Amino acid sequence: MDPIVLADAAENLYPARMQMALSLGWHIVFACFGIAFPLITVVSEWLGHRRGDGTLTDLAHTWAKAMGVLFAAGAVSGTLLSFEMGILWPGLMDRFGEVFGFPFVLEGFAFFIEAIFVGVYLFGWNRLSPRAHMLSAVPMIVSGMAGAFFVVAANAWMNNPTGFRLDADGRVVDAQPWAAMFGPSTWPQVVHMLLAAYMVTGFTVASVYAVGMLRGRRDRRHRAGLLVPLAFAAALTPVQIGVGDWIANTVADNQPVKLAAMEAQYETTAGAPLSLGGIYQDDELRWALEIPNGLSLLIHHDPDGVVPGLEEVPPDERPPVNVVHLAYNAMVGLGSALLLLAVVSGWTWWRRRDIPRTPWFLRAVAVSGIAAIVAMEAGWVTTEVGRQPWIVHGLLRTADAVSPASGLYLGLYGVVAVYAVLTVLTAIVLRRLARSPDTPAPQEADAGTPDRAAGEVAVR
Amino acid sequence: MTLAEVLLSCMFVGLVAYGLFAGADFGAGIWDLLAGGTRRGARQRQLIEHTIAPVWEANHVWLIFVLVVLWTAFSGAFAAIVTTLYIPLTLAAFGMIARGAAFAFRKSITTLPMRRFLGAAFALSSLVTPYFLGSVVGAVASGRVPPGIAAGDVLTSWLNPTSALGGVLAVLVCAYLAAVFLGADARREGADDLAEQFRTRALGTAAATGALGIAGLFVLRADAPLLFDGLTGRGLPLVVLSVVAGLVALVFLWRRRFLPARAASALAVTAILLGWAAAQYPYVLLPELTIEEAARGRATLVAMLVALAVGALVLVPALAYLYALFQRSPGGEVREGPTSAPGPRAGAT
Repeated sequence: MDPIVLADAAENLYPARMQMALSLGWHIVFACFGIAFPLITVVSEWLGHRRGDGTLTDLAHTWAKAMGVLFAAGAVSGTLLSFEMGILWPGLMDRFGEVFGFPFVLEGFAFFIEAIFVGVYLFGWNRLSPRAHMLSAVPMIVSGMAGAFFVVAANAWMNNPTGFRLDADGRVVDAQPWAAMFGPSTWPQVVHMLLAAYMVTGFTVASVYAVGMLRGRRDRRHRAGLLVPLAFAAALTPVQIGVGDWIANTVADNQPVKLAAMEAQYETTAGAPLSLGGIYQDDELRWALEIPNGLSLLIHHDPDGVVPGLEEVPPDERPPVNVVHLAYNAMVGLGSALLLLAVVSGWTWWRRRDIPRTPWFLRAVAVSGIAAIVAMEAGWVTTEVGRQPWIVHGLLRTADAVSPASGLYLGLYGVVAVYAVLTVLTAIVLRRLARSPDTPAPQEADAGTPDRAAGEVAVR
Repeated sequence: MTLAEVLLSCMFVGLVAYGLFAGADFGAGIWDLLAGGTRRGARQRQLIEHTIAPVWEANHVWLIFVLVVLWTAFSGAFAAIVTTLYIPLTLAAFGMIARGAAFAFRKSITTLPMRRFLGAAFALSSLVTPYFLGSVVGAVASGRVPPGIAAGDVLTSWLNPTSALGGVLAVLVCAYLAAVFLGADARREGADDLAEQFRTRALGTAAATGALGIAGLFVLRADAPLLFDGLTGRGLPLVVLSVVAGLVALVFLWRRRFLPARAASALAVTAILLGWAAAQYPYVLLPELTIEEAARGRATLVAMLVALAVGALVLVPALAYLYALFQRSPGGEVREGPTSAPGPRAGAT
């Protein structure tokens, strides 16, 4: 390769990483709603029908429309991602596409099914019988979760590449896509993500109604709108903490350097402490709060277990420690705070069949949505930045996978601009939907012929 | 047929579906752009929105399908294409985002300036996105994408006569397909004057497409001789089929028989896309990389074929159900229920 092209690749690396991070970080929030919102909505619809409670079915209808808006935003941002996989990281796709590309094919089908049934579910409101309508949601729920499985499985493969051999020249031979889809990281990562999606969706939707209640709207609709999603999120938060332990152990077994970066630990230590906060400088973590033997206890379930440090690998194979360590701490800290909220909610519900009557509870719920989103993003920063400098752990460096095409870095500006506009628009539409629930969702066809519609327009 | 050819054919089925469904979808956006002022164009825009609202996401998933099949089964060719052509592809992706977002959100927004902004974004991106995609096809078909990562020229690969021809042709075909589809829908909805309007437009765009097609032959002979040879050689029967189907569609349109015109038009577009495939066979990237060279490991190809077969078994009934549900339930027959009170429509007031 001539030197000009190489210079371009180096120049492209940082903007390409930022572009991917922004695109993924934006998409993942909407993907969460695509995964978890259908079930929460249908449960509300089902409760409404079973109890003959119009408030709950109305609520479900509003949520279905919000789901349509969020699904549309997720769909268009997902399209960009599938282009970016090749445009930004051709080295990855060229060399390993045949090994780990397969789950994306399955994800294509899952997404297609979900798109179809989101359309059916929205269009079928009041057109199908309640039973048929709720049944039409089942493919939507299943395919949303299946899609998450496939995408996260591909990511898990990048953390723990399996299902192939390399020949003497480093070329892939004997690619086994099914085996590649079920590597050691797949299940812990998938379960962690599915639970995160329910937490993000549950807390975020509940927070909308908590804000309404703080403003004095204490009607049945607001109470139910807070309770149903909060019940999902609160029930799953303790499970998520347990799954966190599972995934941390998977990382310790397969990516010890990532774990060392998460804990900002330089030296290989027996009886390693659990470090909270602090700044990593000159191979040392300063000003951190340490829980003695905590890390060894967590990872080996033995206070004197040996935990490898960053010193085990040369400096050019270590990730940026501060980003990983602080992102990890942020995720765990916010997760713990959400656990506290979940425990308080669960306790009061168990004792009194009611939510706590203090405004502090509503304030906590009001910020829980943002907290859950930040925790989820921090988790992705931990796993993605923690894998650096590798794009495929131990096999392919990110710097070697980036496209050397000249001018590629300009794409970052475009993506920043596009997502800024898209964020504002989504916010406007959702606000409008919250204020007047009659606003139609994108997938809903206008009821009425052009003639009638034009007539109505003229009347106004 | 080898395993690789079967897979590439499946990918091509996705490409044809994308061309037909998303093509009509883009075209509807183009007519939205040309519908005239806010008041005058309102009824046309209503029809357009009504026709594509429920299915627009499903239409565009075909492209994702094409991409993932390419990158898994023909990873090297995929990497070569998307890196050399990253500029038109990125612009097309931005166009899809602008289009999807604007279309999805504009009916939920009532303020006029905002609706105008979104409407403009929807319509403009409907025009430029098929242009960029057509220019990508032109680049691949004229052999301007060599194997290797970013090995081709990132500018001249898509700024050249064949790409320009591909882009303009794509826009015209989208507009034509949409006019035929919308004409049929307007007829079904009983809006005969709108049906007439779209019939005139379909005839007009058909004439323009035909004229450009003939002029295009000379462009191809000068700019892309390999493709020209293929189209007039192995691909000739398909090209002829496309022309005949196009003429038949015109006859049906002339007689105001929209539904057969729809089928004949779809056949014409399918045939010309297949003609391109036949002209390029056995190369994925003209003039070097053949299908067999580009195909990856056997286990991957088999896994994909299994997935495609099972996926199709699930997908086809679901898709059929979706289209059937929309086609047989015009908006007027809303079942009355506790929550069916029609809200204030976000009309173009």
